[in-house]
Amino acid sequence: MIRLIKKADISQSQIMTIRIMAVFLSLFTAGVFILFLGHNPFSVYGSMMSGSFGSLYRLQETILKTIPLLITSLGIAVAFRMKFWNIGAEGQICMGAFCASFFALHFSELPSLILLPIMMVAGIVGGGVWALIPGVFKAYFGTNETLFTLMMNYIALKWITYLQYGPWKDPDALGFPKIKNFSESAILPNIFGIHIGWIIALLLVAIMHFFIHYTKKGYEITVVGESENTARYAGMDVKKVVLIGLLISGGLCGITGMIQASAISNTLSVEVSGGVGFTAIITTWLSGLSAPMIVLISFLFAILVQGGSFIQTAFQIPQSAAQMLQGVILFFVLGSEFFIQYQVIFPWNQYMQKEEN
Amino acid sequence: MNTNTLIKMENITKRFGTVLANKNINFSVKQGEIHALLGENGAGKSTLMNMLSGIYTPDSGSIFIRDQKVRLSSPRHAIAAGIGMIHQHFKLVEALSAKENVIAGEKKQFFLHSKKLSARIKEISQSFGLELDPDKKIYTMSVGEKQTVEILKVLYRGADILILDEPTAVLTAQETVQLFSILRKMKNAGCGVIIITHKLHEVMEVSDRVTVLRKGETVATVCTKETTPKALTDLMVGRSVDLSIQRIETTHKQSILEIKEVTVVDEEKVKVLNNVSFTLRTGEILGVAGVAGSGQKALCEAIAGLQKVNSGKIIYEEEDIVGKTPKEIIQKGISMSFIPEDRLGMGLVASMDMVDNLILKEYQNQKGFVLDRKPAQKKAEHLIHKLNIQTPGIHHPVRQLSGGNIQKVLLGREIDLNPRVLITVYPVRGLDVGSSYMIYDLLNEQKMLGVAILYVGEDLDVLLELCDRILVLCDGRVTGIVEAHSTNKEQLGFMMAGEEQWEQEVEVVD
Repeated sequence: MIRLIKKADISQSQIMTIRIMAVFLSLFTAGVFILFLGHNPFSVYGSMMSGSFGSLYRLQETILKTIPLLITSLGIAVAFRMKFWNIGAEGQICMGAFCASFFALHFSELPSLILLPIMMVAGIVGGGVWALIPGVFKAYFGTNETLFTLMMNYIALKWITYLQYGPWKDPDALGFPKIKNFSESAILPNIFGIHIGWIIALLLVAIMHFFIHYTKKGYEITVVGESENTARYAGMDVKKVVLIGLLISGGLCGITGMIQASAISNTLSVEVSGGVGFTAIITTWLSGLSAPMIVLISFLFAILVQGGSFIQTAFQIPQSAAQMLQGVILFFVLGSEFFIQYQVIFPWNQYMQKEEN
Repeated sequence: MNTNTLIKMENITKRFGTVLANKNINFSVKQGEIHALLGENGAGKSTLMNMLSGIYTPDSGSIFIRDQKVRLSSPRHAIAAGIGMIHQHFKLVEALSAKENVIAGEKKQFFLHSKKLSARIKEISQSFGLELDPDKKIYTMSVGEKQTVEILKVLYRGADILILDEPTAVLTAQETVQLFSILRKMKNAGCGVIIITHKLHEVMEVSDRVTVLRKGETVATVCTKETTPKALTDLMVGRSVDLSIQRIETTHKQSILEIKEVTVVDEEKVKVLNNVSFTLRTGEILGVAGVAGSGQKALCEAIAGLQKVNSGKIIYEEEDIVGKTPKEIIQKGISMSFIPEDRLGMGLVASMDMVDNLILKEYQNQKGFVLDRKPAQKKAEHLIHKLNIQTPGIHHPVRQLSGGNIQKVLLGREIDLNPRVLITVYPVRGLDVGSSYMIYDLLNEQKMLGVAILYVGEDLDVLLELCDRILVLCDGRVTGIVEAHSTNKEQLGFMMAGEEQWEQEVEVVD
């Protein structure tokens, strides 16, 4: 009989060993799969690397894919820290983008220096409020936040679709369902060839790290997440802490929305989030909710995405196969979480243990 | 080798990572013997017993059952070998009847032979003096009855070696007497009984032999008749220990907290506190006795502002604090310290270090946005030194400390706030003798400083020795408030079972 034993305590280095082993195993398994497709796994992996770093342009592309993942993960991490399973980042990004776009489209004549901060604040408010709604329902009516935040995603996506096909449709787009492009002043400037979002992202990493570990509110958020009873016992207003935490969580996702709309699409569209809200759940979890780790994991994920799209053209591997590679790697890394929590004892191990006696 | 030896464990060693839990332990149980296993927390008692019941396998050493070398690699093997363990936390299905619980997990038969089963259960019950209705549902049972079901369960499976892990921790005095008579009957029937307990007077009362473990090693196995509680404690701790609890006399007793006709109704519309009234005075320890779940939790949480009070008043220094939030109660300068029963679930954050746990009660008084950890760091070092807390450092997660040290962190934090009222719920639960006495001393120290202490306890002997007065709760009602020096265990036991105090003593209210 195979038995599972829950591991009591496990050191950080053991956790990292298991995760690194998982990555290697996944690369091996995916390599077998690549062999079946008739390619050399080493050259495929090699070109994934060169696809992500091989030229300045490719590196910039990789970083551009890192930024939304990074900021969204920071946001999700705040909610997860409170054990509030916010899987509504997708919707929060959309609503952040929507609120920012409102100002971009209606006050396009304002100068950049005024318009961009306004858009930023609007993005924070849009994403924050969208996260606050399920938070209020959970705090006062005990609704399930997982389902609630998930459903809010679809409402947000459909709302943007409605705007795109309806009231905000660009009359000059020859009937094409598209919202008007932002004016120059509503687009984030570039620094070193990449839009300023990368500086914003790094700043936010520092701010969030400081906030969680060195401020009273951050401390409250951590305590509430660890044990609501202890928080109540210590005199914390648990509801208030949760709602503030969600405002921050959603607000950060809203910033992603604002940046993506402004710097990447230069307009609002349903593709503004591009699934980042869901991918970021994985990166957040893998980084163990730590802000510095989020930087690393988001970057690695961006390599996976960027490298994956590169090998499609380089090796004529179909898109679905490239995505499958990503899937295999994810499967192993997420699967390794099980081995971090449990120890598996196989029947033959039990006998071995006996023989030693 | 003695033919009537039931169990013999030879040179048992078990290692968990770098920790040596058991080191060359020798232990044996004879037929018709009640064998007590004594030791401080972390001495290796549970590890040893878990190896006997097949949960762990030893790294080296051998186990003999009736002179047969056995390998117990799963609980199933242990049951087959006639070993039954009764854990501290019952493993029963609440919605099923006693009978159904007894056969749960049996694989042999597909159909229930209900009548045959009832007859068999009755037979076992009669031979060991167990009083039980086989068709009664578990959720309607008292703790004592549930334990009887657990015992019945292992006897039904044919166990003749019974291991009980702190069986009396949750029982009333009367239930304990009953349990002991069951154990004696088993002993007379030729079974072997192993009982793990922290309570020395129970060891003296019920056991034939005692094995003392210290730091994973066998210190001694002695005949109970030839030893004394003092000698056992010395063996356990490894040095001479004073076993008496002092009741310090204090003057200037003043009423500080008045509970007036407090009623609390829980979510299931049950009155968990029913018209409770009493007065807490400075410089005294008021004990609260009662079977677990008699309203102790609701009472303490009501005072701390964590529990909604449906009617009644809680007067602290001429102000009604009913309806105030815990924060208001903490911040109003009403320095009330509540040490909850659930240390890691409520009092402390398990995954955080000592510093972050010490800051929990005072960070709200800090100004500004940023958390200042420096004072708490100093305090942590101070507490480690003052209370002799065993920890690798102030930044070690409290979860990884032993029970006694966790309790010291919690108590230390509350005492450091210089409270005027200290509420403590089962502060020595699960602690070994040494740590328990350390806690009693700390409480007495606070009492001398004029703190009013509400002490919810479970060990009646300790309540009688430590407290000035004892309040008895039964089903949320106060069945009596008595002077500790003029009462006894029997009287408390009757009141815990719901009988009103016979001679209503006149309560002194200053």
